[in-house]
Amino acid sequence: MNKYLERIYNGIIKENPTLILVIGMCPTLAVTTSVSNGIGMGLSTMVVLVLSNLLISLLRPLISDSIRFPAFIVVIASFVTIVELVLKAYIPGLYEALGLYIPLIVVNCIIMGRAEAYASKASPLLSAFDGIGMGLGFTFALILMSSCREILGSGTWLGIKVTPSFFTPIGIFVSAPGAFIVLGSLIAVMNGLKIQNNSTKKVEGCDGDCMSCGKSGCSDRTQEQTA
Amino acid sequence: MKEMILLIVGAALVNNVVLSQFYGLCPFLGVSKQVQTAASMGAAVVFVITIASAIANLLYTYVLVPLDLSYLQTIVFILVIAGLVQFIEMFLKKSNPALYSALGVYLPLITTNCAVLGVALSNVQKEYGFGNSVLNGIGSSVGFLIAITTMAGIREKTVHNNIIGPFRGMPIVMYTAALMAIAFVGFSGLI
Repeated sequence: MNKYLERIYNGIIKENPTLILVIGMCPTLAVTTSVSNGIGMGLSTMVVLVLSNLLISLLRPLISDSIRFPAFIVVIASFVTIVELVLKAYIPGLYEALGLYIPLIVVNCIIMGRAEAYASKASPLLSAFDGIGMGLGFTFALILMSSCREILGSGTWLGIKVTPSFFTPIGIFVSAPGAFIVLGSLIAVMNGLKIQNNSTKKVEGCDGDCMSCGKSGCSDRTQEQTA
Repeated sequence: MKEMILLIVGAALVNNVVLSQFYGLCPFLGVSKQVQTAASMGAAVVFVITIASAIANLLYTYVLVPLDLSYLQTIVFILVIAGLVQFIEMFLKKSNPALYSALGVYLPLITTNCAVLGVALSNVQKEYGFGNSVLNGIGSSVGFLIAITTMAGIREKTVHNNIIGPFRGMPIVMYTAALMAIAFVGFSGLI
């Protein structure tokens, strides 16, 4: 397979940041109350991810090892500010709906994790494609989650009514506890599929254990995971 | 006085940072395996969020707003938090080695805890003054401490339970969090 397409496949299926690596949980749980919010958050994160991967990969030879984390943070925060201002100017509805979670893209584990684990070692073009793959994987996971929550919680999908008239929307799915229930169930389904495949997979990142995998973000810890 | 107490209780229980606003989920899911470590992490977070919200508020009011640079708040706040964490770590190492050895490992990891940045930004968004920012910081971080310690207590028990295959690990933790979130919804009657 073409190595650029391989990066995209890797991001969406093999190392899906949300469902396989279980990183970047804050936005995943917080903004998925409706599908349009999920798509907006996914695409905003993807834009930041692609641009920061590209720039970090280009700048890496110039940045000394000891100050790389602050440097990465500045690069990421600058792109997040740009995205924030663009959304505020052109899509004010989405900007209002996502609120504080747009600036919080800065501390999204996925972006820091990819910068450290991939973009700082690979060529600029490959890093950009890695960003696209990871971003699409994140967006798909958010769409999946927000679809479950919006259909069960308000009976609509992208604002269009899809459930039959006898179905009463289950309000808890659009409130905070519903987010945990839906994500837990999705991860359980993924685990079930993995057990069926019964294969040994190499997992890059921190496997849901952000805090024990390096100084900042999810660094380059690679571990063998036997499913 | 009454308003101050209401603000702290509201931030700690009613709008719990983890269970109703989803800030700081990474440490909440990652370091909640044992009560001891969870409590240390929580204590470190209380320390950092309180100081960070004070400093972020001062910077915003006296530097960013007069210079008309408030759109740079995200970059400035995250750098201040990263620097602050580093500084607190060095300061504690010299001045209070006992506290440092208790919190030491967790301090550097707090930089990427989105609760810190989230609380600092929401103080600005809600237009809190200096006093209210600090109180909101204390309340939110105590809420984090309560949530992570409770979660660790439950996880210490569920580890010994016989859970069917696919639900082992993260899924059961998510369900536990969901039940805790439902319980915390009950606090909304407090205010």
